[in-house]
Amino acid sequence: MSVLVLVETEEGRVSLVSREALSFARSLGAGDLHAVVVGPASESVVTDCRGAGVAVVHEASDPALERYAAAAWAAVVEAAGRAARADLVVAGGTGRGNEVLAHVAARRGLRMAANVVSVESLNPLVVQRQVVGGAALERATVPSRVRLLTMAGHAVEPTAADSPGEARVSPLPVTVDPQDLRAQVVRLEKRESADTSGLQAAKVVVGAGRGAGGPDGFAAVDALAERLGGAVGVSRVVTSLGWRPHHEQVGQTGSRIAPDLYLACGISGSIQHWAGCASSRTIIAVNTDADAPMVTKADYAVIGDMHEVLPAVLEELG
Amino acid sequence: MTDVLVCVKRVPDPTGEVVLTDDGMRVDGRYAGYTTSAHEEAAVALAVQVAEASGGTVTVLSVGSQESIEQIRAGIAVGATDGILVEADADALGPVDVASAIAEAVAARQDAGTTYGLVLLGNDAADTGDFQVGIRLAYLLERPVVAGAQTVETDGGTATVRAEGPEGTEVYELPLPAVVTVLEGGVSPKYPSVVGRMKAKKAAVETMTWSGTAAGAGREGLTVPEPPPSEVTVIGEGPAAAPGLVAVLKELKVVHG
Ligand SMILES: Cc1cc2nc3c(=O)[nH]c(=O)nc-3n(C[C@H](O)[C@H](O)[C@H](O)COP(=O)(O)OP(=O)(O)OC[C@H]3O[C@@H](n4cnc5c(N)ncnc54)[C@H](O)[C@@H]3O)c2cc1C
Ligand SMILES: Nc1ncnc2c1ncn2[C@@H]1O[C@H](COP(=O)(O)O)[C@@H](O)[C@H]1O
Repeated sequence: MSVLVLVETEEGRVSLVSREALSFARSLGAGDLHAVVVGPASESVVTDCRGAGVAVVHEASDPALERYAAAAWAAVVEAAGRAARADLVVAGGTGRGNEVLAHVAARRGLRMAANVVSVESLNPLVVQRQVVGGAALERATVPSRVRLLTMAGHAVEPTAADSPGEARVSPLPVTVDPQDLRAQVVRLEKRESADTSGLQAAKVVVGAGRGAGGPDGFAAVDALAERLGGAVGVSRVVTSLGWRPHHEQVGQTGSRIAPDLYLACGISGSIQHWAGCASSRTIIAVNTDADAPMVTKADYAVIGDMHEVLPAVLEELG
Repeated sequence: MTDVLVCVKRVPDPTGEVVLTDDGMRVDGRYAGYTTSAHEEAAVALAVQVAEASGGTVTVLSVGSQESIEQIRAGIAVGATDGILVEADADALGPVDVASAIAEAVAARQDAGTTYGLVLLGNDAADTGDFQVGIRLAYLLERPVVAGAQTVETDGGTATVRAEGPEGTEVYELPLPAVVTVLEGGVSPKYPSVVGRMKAKKAAVETMTWSGTAAGAGREGLTVPEPPPSEVTVIGEGPAAAPGLVAVLKELKVVHG
């Protein structure tokens, strides 16, 4: 019996969500922990896996896999699952994680549970998973021989194993079927600044949501962030509407931040946004609605229009 | 010419307060109302764009009760041509079942002479969030699939799809026919005009039944996590609260002086 985790990398390291998935998979105590990496497993990735208690790192480095193709990744996960004799496969609940595991499920005729937060029983698999965008939890049974699940982001802490794993790198022979490359990335338009470290490392984050009102509504937000030596973080509404770039997004599908102060302006505080800012030491909300979840969950709040409050704060600061 | 099928689900408005039915098995939409999820509204808008650019048609499909015709007509009101209701108790179906029901409708239309060059779905449904119906459908139809698209354009036999990946925008060029699942954000949802609404009332919605047996979703029950009690200190209201807020900033040592 063993558990296989699909490991995604980020700047040559195991990504945060994958480290969470590894911790979670390990905590299930369902046998040896195996990881599968698409592309060459760098030394840092292997080190991260060792720390997480991984016994074997299955590495698929066929040049045909250089550009992302979900179906080809699914074929890799299937091959690794066979090599590991895994009867449980876990991925992070990211775009890639959910997509690849859904491919595996469709190809193998298996069930898949997305955005799981906890496992109640392994045999049969009974999980709690996020539904309605995290506003409710579903208790569900997943009857399959091989069980597939993705982990909701930030449901568990990415902890190190009590004793490191061997993390033996095992090259995975895969022949990529051209069928699986019909939908493959042909071109990547890199983000101007894919660097979210500024936001993640900031001691102060000034946040803004739909309440900013439009792309021109961020002047005071930018000015205050600069005055406080911090960074700007935004809600998904703001990035979806194209008001600000995606790398500034905080939340389940954005960055997770843990600053000393998060000053959240015009943000309602949805579950998905909260997932990314809950670890802030102090939260101050500025919102016109005293009942907004961001306000009721905050440490401090100012009830009012951010376009009036922030300029007054800047003036007060001088 | 690309004929497009777009799949929408009738869901309790996810922006409203989540209230459960007495048996705890479903979200009770009677209070919040019902809608089409944001990803699927974006899919409808993209379907209309693709069809307009290529001179094709758009069919809106929903698997659900008669009430789902409301969501089908909402799609027709913003530019779709016609609709299909696959009548079923959507709550009793799991993602495997829904994919199979949609595949059967695609096959039925194919027999009747319409091949959908493109099938669009949401990336994930706003209520059950299984993140898989579109991908399962693609395998049933033996077509390539891209998930999480922001935009889709077709040119002859090729679709160009853009999706946000971890490092930037990822561009796909895939052969049609294909399946694409859509994430909100790449296109603004369309609002119905008066003419659109009139047209939607009269447009044809074909009712079909699904011949399969439901595997179900494995749902045992739902819970709504209790929010922790609020411990917020309200500093004040409006710009008059600025000195109070700055005092807190000083206390937190994020500004000095
Ligand atoms: C799978 C999934 C993943 C998601 N991931 C994320 C994520 O990573 N990050 C994220 O942020 N969201 C995410 N979302 C979206 C999330 O559910 C919310 O839709 C989003 O966070 C809401 O953004 P908002 O607070 O800016 O807007 P709204 O919810 O519209 O709130 C606007 C707030 O501003 C207040 N306001 C309005 N005008 C003013 C003003 N002039 N001054 C002060 N206050 C004002 C209002 O009272 C309200 O509270 C996700 C959703 C799903 C389904
Ligand atoms: N009952 C349904 N009727 C029509 N389309 C559906 C239905 N259920 C799911 N879908 C489509 O499949 C997508 C993904 O759903 P899911 O995999 O359940 O998260 C949704 O965004 C819809 O486009």
